Amino acid sequence: MSLLSVRDLTVKFAMRDQTVTALNGISFDLAKGERLGIVGESGAGKSITGFSLMNLLSRPGYIDTGKILFEGEDVVQMNDKRLRNLRGNRMAMIFQDPMVTLNPVLTIGQQMIETLMAHRKLSHEEARQIAIVKLREVYIPSPEERLEQYPHELSGGMRQRIIIAIALLLDPQLIIADEPTTALDVTIQADIMELMLELCQSNQVGLILITHDLGVVSQMTERTLVMYAGRIIESGRTREIINDPQHPYTQGLINALPQQTVPGQRLKQIPGNMPGLASIPAGCAFNPRCKYATDLCRSRVPEAVHYGGVEVACHEVQRLNSDEDRQEARA
Amino acid sequence: MSDAKTDRPLLEIKNLEKRFDLDQGFLETLKFKQGKIVRESRSVHAVNNISLEARKGEALCVVGESGCGKSTVARLVAGLLTPSAGEIHYGGQRIDNLPRAGMQPLRKKIQMIFQNPYASLNPRMTIRQALEEPVRHHYPNASAAEVRDKVTEVMLSVGVDPSWAKRYPHEFSGGQRQRIAIARALTVDPEFIIADEPISALDVSIQAQVLNLMLEAKESRGLTYLFITHDLSVVEHFGTRVAVLYLGSVCEVADTATLFSSPKHPYTRALLSAVPQLKDDRPNHIRLKGEIPTPINLPKGCPFQSRCAFADARCKSEKPKAIHQPDGSMVACHAVEEDRLDAVAAG
Ligand SMILES: Nc1ncnc2c1ncn2[C@@H]1O[C@H](COP(=O)(O)OP(=O)(O)OP(=O)(O)O)[C@@H](O)[C@H]1O
Ligand SMILES: Nc1ncnc2c1ncn2[C@@H]1O[C@H](COP(=O)(O)OP(=O)(O)O)[C@@H](O)[C@H]1O
Ligand code: SF4
Ligand code: SF4
Ligand SMILES: [Mg+2]
Ligand SMILES: [Mg+2]
Repeated sequence: MSLLSVRDLTVKFAMRDQTVTALNGISFDLAKGERLGIVGESGAGKSITGFSLMNLLSRPGYIDTGKILFEGEDVVQMNDKRLRNLRGNRMAMIFQDPMVTLNPVLTIGQQMIETLMAHRKLSHEEARQIAIVKLREVYIPSPEERLEQYPHELSGGMRQRIIIAIALLLDPQLIIADEPTTALDVTIQADIMELMLELCQSNQVGLILITHDLGVVSQMTERTLVMYAGRIIESGRTREIINDPQHPYTQGLINALPQQTVPGQRLKQIPGNMPGLASIPAGCAFNPRCKYATDLCRSRVPEAVHYGGVEVACHEVQRLNSDEDRQEARA
Repeated sequence: MSDAKTDRPLLEIKNLEKRFDLDQGFLETLKFKQGKIVRESRSVHAVNNISLEARKGEALCVVGESGCGKSTVARLVAGLLTPSAGEIHYGGQRIDNLPRAGMQPLRKKIQMIFQNPYASLNPRMTIRQALEEPVRHHYPNASAAEVRDKVTEVMLSVGVDPSWAKRYPHEFSGGQRQRIAIARALTVDPEFIIADEPISALDVSIQAQVLNLMLEAKESRGLTYLFITHDLSVVEHFGTRVAVLYLGSVCEVADTATLFSSPKHPYTRALLSAVPQLKDDRPNHIRLKGEIPTPINLPKGCPFQSRCAFADARCKSEKPKAIHQPDGSMVACHAVEEDRLDAVAAG
């Protein structure tokens, strides 16, 4: 049985003058201890996916249809008590902005120790010792002193490491990390990623890593979902997707990276922007930016098909396969 | 072509220092030390004795971790901060101590682009107003038609659709706003652009759009850049020279190709090894030990010593000076000077 199984998840936002669709029929699975990357640009729906999994959406957002089965139980149907037990305990989330999680008026120690004591039968001192161990695991210097400090007294990088320590506190089955290291320096990012990788591997903890950084996904995950305008447009083994992307958008993302072009030469940019929710184009949402678009692309949403080792939602994937840009993406 | 003038770097930064005094009340500055009350105010040593040069047409990139002083260098060069010590020369003229009036012509030649394009665009001005304002300011004698033409020309050259002119900044995406901010900088025909993390907040495909725009402007207008970033793949692509900063000091300065093919300073090596690679899934990253000191209590000796695997007694007492290497790079490290780095690494 999968640890997590998402079926036809649709999330909407009820705006004043219209209702818009943020996630449109998303389905995917995660095995126990599996590490999954969700990539795509700003506005693709990555964070909304993460929030939905923990049933954390707030108005005007709501889950319209679909199931989120976690250890066999539907998160969408859980009552508040079940949800409290789920969050933090079995599923933890790490956000890009540490202040979403940290309470500015409590010390780091108070927050960590209270969380531990709320979920486990521990003495204050035992909880304190666990907190120190977890802080040390994420390279927090002088953890005993940090416990006495308030969030605003710490640097951004330090705060984010504390968030990761808090997420690990109750040994969850699944960690959803939304751009966890985006605000951190590369040397610290590399340390944290290595640490998260070790922890997930040795404790069989599942990881959903939401990021726009394909390098991070490549280093960290076994499988990847590529999102665009609220849909999964390509999914499969991370290595396949990085080395041999099938969807024009995925190819565009990889080709746009500076390391894919000779230094000083023009980068291969994707024209245009990700559409807003109120103006998602008909048919394939990527069609205004896609050089392969046909009339069919402008009228019908492509279904995901199995192709070249991945699942890809593109009408033209067969034709594309003979195109020279594909060869380029493969190189 | 190569008269004495062109031999001289366009920008010269000499022994630049910047300290920020921490805002403390009088009582907080009093300390009890060795039986005596002494007054001691603390300061942040953001930039410590930095020397750098940028020649015309170069893109000098400054990289390093958050808080290492990159933005402070940028703001010092832009004249937004006054140095605590040292000199900044532009086009052969000393500019760090100029009176307001003396700065005026430089404000046109040197333009700055920020990470958050919101900060540089007034939310209550339309795009056209935002773009026309600097032209009017720097060319007070231009007619309305000339201003309009200039702005339209720049808009077209940077892919800012002239139909956007009547709209306000909040109606645009981050990438579009950054293009508008670049257009705004280019309307006054600058020579030198200081860009502080101009694409860090943008998505990959939009980063490519903006970086292409900056590359084009470099070629077509002969611009010189001081480009601040923490993204090494962008440095490798855009930079002609790179300066690696750590805790307010320069570790290494080299031509981009040299730095990436043979990094010498232990910090540069660690930094390069930390970049997540796209295609190879065995990270081979050099793990840094130890703690990052704060720029408030700067260590004596090498600023990198607490995290450096090669630190020895000399590193703890003597600050390394930047030394010329055979390949033209400058490296501030005792181990490199003593040639004991690769010996240890191999052994
Ligand atoms: N409260 C809200 N009301 C209306 N629309 C929203 C709301 N929150 C998010 N959206 C929209 O939902 C879409 C997906 O948002 P989401 O935050 O998941 O994107 P993302 O891929 O995580 O992007 P980013 O990398 O910027 O966080 C976007 O178009 C966004 O503008
Ligand atoms: N106005 C200020 N007052 C006090 N400290 C400052 C001020 N501006 C910058 N600093 C400090 O100077 C150091 C370098 O800052 P900055 O140049 O902004 O770093 P970077 O841009 O590399 O992230 C940091 O430690 C920062 O906290
Ligand atoms: S379906 Fe059509 S528009 Fe969409 S990615 Fe494929 S070719 Fe391009
Ligand atoms: S001077 Fe010493 S401490 Fe500094 S980088 Fe070189 S070896 Fe390391
Ligand atoms: Mg997000
Ligand atoms: Mg900065």
